[in-house]
Amino acid sequence: MTEFLQQAINALSLGSIYALIALGYTMVYGIIKLINFAHGEIYMIGAFVGYWTMSVFHLGVFEAILAAMIVCTVLGVLIERVAYRPLRRSTRLASLITAIGMSLLLQYTMMYFVGADPRAYPALPDYMNASFSLGGVVVKSQQLVIIGISVLLMILLQFVVKTTKMGKAMRAVSQDPEAAQLMGISVDRTISFTFAIGSALAGAAGVLVGIYYNSINPLMGIMPGLKAFVAAVFGGIGIIPGALIGAFVIGGAETAVSALGYSLFRDGVVFAILIAILIVKPTGLLGKNVREKV
Amino acid sequence: MLEVKDLNVHFGVIHAIKGISFEVNEGEIVCLIGANGAGKTTTLRSVSGLKKPTSGTITLEGADITSTTPQNRVSRGLSQVPEGRRVFPEMTVQENLDLGAFQHRRISQEDLDEVFGRFPILAERRRQLAGTLSGGEQQMLAMGRALMARPKVLLLDEPSMGLAPLLVQEIFDIIVRINEAGTTVLLVEQNANIALQIATRAYVMETGSIVLAGDAKELAQTDEVKRAYLGG
Repeated sequence: MTEFLQQAINALSLGSIYALIALGYTMVYGIIKLINFAHGEIYMIGAFVGYWTMSVFHLGVFEAILAAMIVCTVLGVLIERVAYRPLRRSTRLASLITAIGMSLLLQYTMMYFVGADPRAYPALPDYMNASFSLGGVVVKSQQLVIIGISVLLMILLQFVVKTTKMGKAMRAVSQDPEAAQLMGISVDRTISFTFAIGSALAGAAGVLVGIYYNSINPLMGIMPGLKAFVAAVFGGIGIIPGALIGAFVIGGAETAVSALGYSLFRDGVVFAILIAILIVKPTGLLGKNVREKV
Repeated sequence: MLEVKDLNVHFGVIHAIKGISFEVNEGEIVCLIGANGAGKTTTLRSVSGLKKPTSGTITLEGADITSTTPQNRVSRGLSQVPEGRRVFPEMTVQENLDLGAFQHRRISQEDLDEVFGRFPILAERRRQLAGTLSGGEQQMLAMGRALMARPKVLLLDEPSMGLAPLLVQEIFDIIVRINEAGTTVLLVEQNANIALQIATRAYVMETGSIVLAGDAKELAQTDEVKRAYLGG
């Protein structure tokens, strides 16, 4: 039982990080039907921005998260502007290939500037390294910070999407872009806004991963990016609550496999889940079958 | 109020609208009638900015709006109820109406009350998802949503489509009342019979051109219109 609770805490930490990344995938897909493969790289750059904020500017963890979110917001909007917007009217395949190109460009540009070697994240303040035992279950305070910040950001996102004007515009554009235009909604601005929010969440996730694994490198975005993508597909891509469910399922599965002593299969299991869901329910857990519009 | 001059629209190599001109004066209900594929919807989509014309000009209250965005036209007072209603299915009735007022700083309770006054069923259904409404209710929601923008000119595309005759009559009665309250109406309709009953003036379209124009009541009496569109 103790062991189970222990692993549940680990799964929750990992799941919340995946959730933050998966949300960006799913929101962008929901609005322009593009799988933004450069999303994992935004998260990687977020991790580096957090690293510099702490090591160069000697600021704290929360300032690092904030800085990463701001830089990633700008970066995400910029990527959409230069890479995806000019292709808005071309085939979806063209945008997809561009997204993969953008992902590689960011990976290797970063590698050129910072080198390929992994770096250790700056030492955390003592309160982040503290751990305490709850009936035998060891909880690290950084895990609580990770879960806490993720939950806070998700609640914030929910608030933005459900109640604000831009949130409503986002949902309107994702349901019917043309009808949204007839409401006087600027589709371009709404898409920029979506990239901004998704990228900010990825930036935060980058710093949280740096804290959790204590190691960052320019290719660190690939695996978590893919796994978050699997999480989004699992829940039904384009559906926000689906991404959350998917992320915790993926985080849980990964943790369970490691806990059972098969940590070599950690990544394999995630992709097995992807294959399984694509066979059993291709639209994802919460996805609906949509009729093709004619 | 609204003037369209020498409008040409192409879809690739297909010349869909062939240099048509028409105007809508303040306070009128003007209707474009014609068979399926005559170009009525394309004309309306050019007016609202969803389809870029190849050439021609569109002016609203004297200002050339030909190359402006759909958003800009909404703020100038053009509001379209699209063909097939196009309500946001995964949003509530209330949220759909809120979106109609997107360009206003805040949603005015007065406008909302007015819409609920015209369409009491929407008030009953306000927390329901728009996708779960019946066809007639969705048509009312689409119209209410457009009215939330406080349009000067309301563009209506096939409001009778797919509705039972009794409901069509109800919708058209409401259109007349909206017009009497001061909104100019440009109506596109396949159901020429009912459209000509409420319209001030009408234009008859055939394969991308306007072939007849005039007073709606007089047009309804002409042999061509009777034969081709009124089943007489």
